[in-house]
Amino acid sequence: MTHSGSSLPDLPNCTSTAAPMSEIRSPPPDRVLEIVLENVLHFLTCRRDRNAASLVCRSWCRAEALTRSDLFIGNCYAVSPHRATSRFRRVRSLTVKGKPRFADFDLLPLNWGAHFSPWGSALADAYPWLEKLHLKRMSLTDDDLNLIARSFPSFKELVLVCCEGFGIAGIAAVAANCRLLRVLDLVESVVEDADEDEEVMDWISCFPDGETHLESLVFECVECPVNFEALERLVARSPYLKKLRLNHYVSIPQLYRLMHRAPQLTHLGTGSFCASDDVAVGDQELDYSSAFAACKSLVCLSGFRDILPDYLPAIYPACANLTSLNLSYADVNADQLKPVILQCHKLQTLWVLDSICDEGLQAVAATCKDLRELRVFPGNTREEAEGPVSEVGLEVISQGCRKLQSILFFCQRMTNAAVIAMSKNCPDLVVFRLCIIGRYRPDPETHEPMDDGFGAIVMNCKKLTRLAVSGLLTDQAFRYIGMYGKLLRTLSVAFAGDSDQGLKYVLEGCPNLQKLEIRDSPFGDAALHSGLHHFYNMRFLWMSTCKLTRQGCQEIARALPHLALEVIDSQEDKADDHIEILYMYRSLDRPRNDAPKCVTILQ
Amino acid sequence: MDESSRNDDMKLELRLAPPGAEQQQQHWGLINGIRTTTKRDESSVLSLGYFPHATITTKGSPSSTTTSSSQAAALPLHNNADKKVFSPSSANTAVPNTSQKRTAPGPVVGWPPIRSFRKNLANSSSSSKPPPPPPEHHNKDYGGGGGKGMFVKINMDGVPIGRKVDLNAYDSYENLSNAVDQLFRGLLAAQRDSSGGGVNKLQEEEKVITGLLDGSGEYTLVYEDNEGDRMLVGDVPWHMFVSTVKRLRVLKSSELSAFTQLLVLFSVGGKQEKDAT
Repeated sequence: MTHSGSSLPDLPNCTSTAAPMSEIRSPPPDRVLEIVLENVLHFLTCRRDRNAASLVCRSWCRAEALTRSDLFIGNCYAVSPHRATSRFRRVRSLTVKGKPRFADFDLLPLNWGAHFSPWGSALADAYPWLEKLHLKRMSLTDDDLNLIARSFPSFKELVLVCCEGFGIAGIAAVAANCRLLRVLDLVESVVEDADEDEEVMDWISCFPDGETHLESLVFECVECPVNFEALERLVARSPYLKKLRLNHYVSIPQLYRLMHRAPQLTHLGTGSFCASDDVAVGDQELDYSSAFAACKSLVCLSGFRDILPDYLPAIYPACANLTSLNLSYADVNADQLKPVILQCHKLQTLWVLDSICDEGLQAVAATCKDLRELRVFPGNTREEAEGPVSEVGLEVISQGCRKLQSILFFCQRMTNAAVIAMSKNCPDLVVFRLCIIGRYRPDPETHEPMDDGFGAIVMNCKKLTRLAVSGLLTDQAFRYIGMYGKLLRTLSVAFAGDSDQGLKYVLEGCPNLQKLEIRDSPFGDAALHSGLHHFYNMRFLWMSTCKLTRQGCQEIARALPHLALEVIDSQEDKADDHIEILYMYRSLDRPRNDAPKCVTILQ
Repeated sequence: MDESSRNDDMKLELRLAPPGAEQQQQHWGLINGIRTTTKRDESSVLSLGYFPHATITTKGSPSSTTTSSSQAAALPLHNNADKKVFSPSSANTAVPNTSQKRTAPGPVVGWPPIRSFRKNLANSSSSSKPPPPPPEHHNKDYGGGGGKGMFVKINMDGVPIGRKVDLNAYDSYENLSNAVDQLFRGLLAAQRDSSGGGVNKLQEEEKVITGLLDGSGEYTLVYEDNEGDRMLVGDVPWHMFVSTVKRLRVLKSSELSAFTQLLVLFSVGGKQEKDAT
């Protein structure tokens, strides 16, 4: 790029000086600054920074739009595909999120929406150079995957998290056609296999011959057997493969072979971690620990889908280097866990089943001083008086793992004291999600509500951005949240609160709130109304089985035209005005036309 | 700093209450107005998974008041009392035009908030899981055995998407029946709702699917064996069932042939007669 010596934009006749290459004309003066800006903006990667830059003036908005290569759409209905692709012309990587999180728990009708197809066709038109696609909670079909596979010759990365609607045929299309594919991650998605009478498609064999570019292959959620020989060959010809997460159809002897083929692996999902049927335990036993010793770069282990705890010691050689361990599918008790965990000094992320009991948590606390994220899942989801983990385990963790940033903890009983202790011992907490499975359960020692515990969390954990509450909670808990939860972005509430005041505290007090999901709590129209000033700043609000009426929602819709209020009800004619579900989100475009019958969109 | 943090501690350790109320018990006592003096049971009121509201009639302020005095909500148990009084408003979380019935105790749609594949895992695992029996492998494998999972497809009338169950995870018909209930309860409720005009509402507890094995329920569990015959689940010993089953179906009991219905009833009726005599 050459330009005349002057950078003044208001020179009337700007002709280029003799340029070394006569075919490069200098850009018109008003474009000069923009071009400079574009070059500078290339260095901005964080989307929040980019959003801020785009608000400076029209020129900056244009420049930013032209230089944004990673586009993040937090709600697929907040903006139409056309609008997004018209503004951002040079996107190479796209993330789209669809259904609200409560869909994971069967609270949303099956055919609610979040269809990928309209996005697919828009992308194929607008971004033939697209390289990466991340989708979460979207509904996509085999046809959609076919479109992806054929429309983007530079396609490198496909990540599908909690998606559904597609099957093996779609995956096979991607494997076969995306020659530059580096990442194929299918995470917690429902992959519909073929009808029983048809052959299960061998998608692994669909990868082209020769060396692949594969760096990550994750298919734990694919509920179909795979052609193991083809898989082994694939792994053998994928020298860049670092992440491999197998489904439970891969047995431990097969895993052994794969690991020896790919000693460079850093992330491994071990599949079933169990012998196949024709080999009894102890029979011709391979030295599985040698495989783990061979993979010297392993930092992340998961899988263990059908684990026989006898095999667990095989992972010892890897423990010292592990930073992430996911045993949440493995029913291991404290005694089985201890010899493993006591070697995991570098562990930062741990997911387990509560089968390890408070005793297991104690072992974790004693060793894993660097722990940042802990998730304890329930082995039993019935509401019972006692469970294997409790306030004892939480407190012990809080004492031993001072660097904790994120915790998800399911239990049957919890005390305020333990939660308060954690709030003081773990000041770095960013995510605090406590689920006391018994609804409306008070502190079993003091019989008080859990208000003080959660109050302490919001008060003492100054970096907290995500909170999920449970147990017996009064409006007081929400008063604390409104007072102290100034950085809170995501809040999940269930079976809590006394009155409208509770929700008012939150909507009036939490300026950074973006995602609010509430179920079975006594908040009504007046409470909702108190958030009018804030709803345009939020990604969504979900309220189910609360005390909202259609009338109340209609008033919100009238007051805020860019808000889509989806009222989801199973019955059409009802005696009164109360609604079951409100899913509300900001949207720049007209209401969607792909909603099922049970959804009414107020505007 | 010390002073303020100590104050914070005090705030946290003592119950916050309106000015003048020093002791928490007094505080709650004042606005409660209802306190029982029944002895406390050893076992928690909340054991057995019963919805506490089921046992409490709503007294006190009506749900329309929102003043703080109506915070009869969520009161802590007095040391001598075991009766908890919940705010009418929390008991009214159901849509008011439905009666405040808390009929069936037990799980509610989407609670606890874990994904269904974890739920199935959760409820089929036990701390003393028996070693898996070597099953007949029904899955189409390519070379090498798969994991020990013995997955058979299961479809339910009224639910378009089928699922798979791992029969190795269960050791009895009863466990299988419970698992089927867990698997489909939510889907069935969701399906009814999405079809509109359904009987069940989303926020009501899902109907527990019972009586799968004895003909007493709305649905009956049948299977197709390796000879293509449709059989009632429960007739043969468990291990024999596991070795011959090809796929499972949950049918509406009313749609079973009259003959089959009689068969099922007879097999149960026989036992009942025995018990009676």
